[in-house]
Amino acid sequence: MGLNFISSILFATVVAGTPLIIVALGELVTEKAGVLNLGAEGTMSVGAVAAFAVAHHTGNPFLGILAGMGAGIFMSLLFGISALTLMANQVASGLALSIFGVGLSAFIGKPYESVALASVEPIRIPLLHKIPVFGPALFEQQGLVYFSWVLIVLVAWFLYRTKAGLVLRAVGESPVSAHSIGYGVVKIRYQAVLFGGAMAGIGGAFMSVFYTPMWVEGMVAGRGWIALSLVVFATWRPARVMIGAYLFGGCMIAQMFVQGSGVRISIPAQFLSAMPYAATVLVLVLISRNRSTIRLNSPASLGQTFLPDA
Amino acid sequence: MWLKFEQRPEPSKTMSYLSPLLAVALMFLSGLILFLVLGKSPLEGFKVFFLNPIKDSYGIAELFLKATPLMLCAVGLSVGFKANVWNIGAEGQLLIGALVGGGLALHFEGSTSPFLLPGMIVAGALGGMAWAAIPAFLRTRFNANEILTSLMLVYIAELLVSWLVHGPWKDPDGFNFPQTKLLSAKATLPILVEGTRVNAALLLGIGALLVGWIFMNKSFMGYQMKVAGQAEHAGRYAGFSAKRSVWIGMLAGGAMAGIAGISEVSGPIGQITEHISPGYGFAAMIVAFVGRLSPIGIFFSSLLMALLYMGGEQAQQYLNLPSSISKVFQGMLLFFLLGSDVFINFRLRLVRRRK
Repeated sequence: MGLNFISSILFATVVAGTPLIIVALGELVTEKAGVLNLGAEGTMSVGAVAAFAVAHHTGNPFLGILAGMGAGIFMSLLFGISALTLMANQVASGLALSIFGVGLSAFIGKPYESVALASVEPIRIPLLHKIPVFGPALFEQQGLVYFSWVLIVLVAWFLYRTKAGLVLRAVGESPVSAHSIGYGVVKIRYQAVLFGGAMAGIGGAFMSVFYTPMWVEGMVAGRGWIALSLVVFATWRPARVMIGAYLFGGCMIAQMFVQGSGVRISIPAQFLSAMPYAATVLVLVLISRNRSTIRLNSPASLGQTFLPDA
Repeated sequence: MWLKFEQRPEPSKTMSYLSPLLAVALMFLSGLILFLVLGKSPLEGFKVFFLNPIKDSYGIAELFLKATPLMLCAVGLSVGFKANVWNIGAEGQLLIGALVGGGLALHFEGSTSPFLLPGMIVAGALGGMAWAAIPAFLRTRFNANEILTSLMLVYIAELLVSWLVHGPWKDPDGFNFPQTKLLSAKATLPILVEGTRVNAALLLGIGALLVGWIFMNKSFMGYQMKVAGQAEHAGRYAGFSAKRSVWIGMLAGGAMAGIAGISEVSGPIGQITEHISPGYGFAAMIVAFVGRLSPIGIFFSSLLMALLYMGGEQAQQYLNLPSSISKVFQGMLLFFLLGSDVFINFRLRLVRRRK
């Protein structure tokens, strides 16, 4: 294995992990406010197709990101209306969002299936990108990759160093107490849900505009669900999301490992493609088997409907 | 003036029956708007989508054909949903059922035994149960969230089907198409009505609805499941095992989904391909909710869901719209249902807005 090979593996791992980081951080904030939104898969899909369409028509990938974000906010608003305003079951509302979003993206995206998008030049950090092995992976990437790193810091800072973050966590731990001292639980939860939707939309935009760059029905391929699992893996801590995302990113490019490592055993492509899903199950088991870890770290009111006047 | 939700003293029974009807009405209404937005005549669109599919007796037969896997999956899922066991991986359990049952038929190719077909159905049920047992085991033994694990197993099941039909099980005389050999007549479900594709699977579906009804309403175990879902603490206090609820809920869903899978393979499809199910396992969750988790409701909502699938095909053919419009309608229906359900526990009241 040459250094070039290791370098390209690192590069591809970071790229594959990026949408997971962005989406999982959005969901992490949502869950910290006590809301379980299972709609990430659908939100990412609609974000991906909206971003692709706008980037295709305007030729501007940045506008594509904005469109993805807007679509994500719109989708999570539907979830909010259902689960927060109309107080429906959060699990069912999230499932509805995923089913609706995956269907809607297939419907909107049909005309774009044969369209190719020009790949976007990465942003090279002067000098640093020339560092051997690590240079390209860390300093020759798309803007959204750098954004994902900034986002980790911002989310961690917001949740643990600001008053608004404290209030948000309080809402997630005990909505009744937060309500009784005068915080608008539903309003704060809406903000958290919309933030999660915006991030899922951006994650989708990264997939269709920068990663592939194209649109195919079903291209999100479970990444939304993996991002949800990642939040559990990270035990609701922002920095750990990054570790998990790159682990899964590594799993997703397993094909590259096998081809590049010179192993001559033929492994069916489907087995390699199944790796991230199997790894997700494995990781969920490893983290969840310790019940107290989950109980200590998960927001106490996660998934429970808050009735303002009850 | 401002509208406000006010909690009812007790949940309204009437609203719990009216809510699905309201949701369907809202779905029709937004369908009209959707066709308008897409630049089609709303009435023409409505006619093509909702009426064309069932305009003749063949169409009605197709409706029952497509409703069969939906009612099978939904009645199985409803058992778990009642106890808050969220098996969202019925699609994967359906596929594994199809693989195990279909694999049995391929293994005993040419057999004329009368036990072949019943054996395939049992194998399908066992296959679905085995796939559902994984999340059940991981949940009860390791506390792993069954929502995420059951869903991940859908992707793995899809890849397993893909590998088998591209690889070991591919029909050697199939011009390299990713599909197995066609099943023999002895391994195919008998047609119920001459000239249609409606087969004996419909009887299995209706039988499953009956068994589901008896289980949920007449058995002690069914009662325990309901209590576990509605009042977890009361259930635990009464000594009902939460683990057993998970196992029963998951296995019921898996068994029924597996039967749905093998019924498709030994019914309308006749072989294993990569396209056994157009998302029946996911649509069945909507069927279960719209049917209020009750077998009678599921019967009707599975027909409605089948209509949405057929409408999508019609819209593709006659309105030049992607057939995925079906899934848009399915998603909308579930959202409208969840939204309408607010009226079960709440009523709207006009209040003066406080300064």
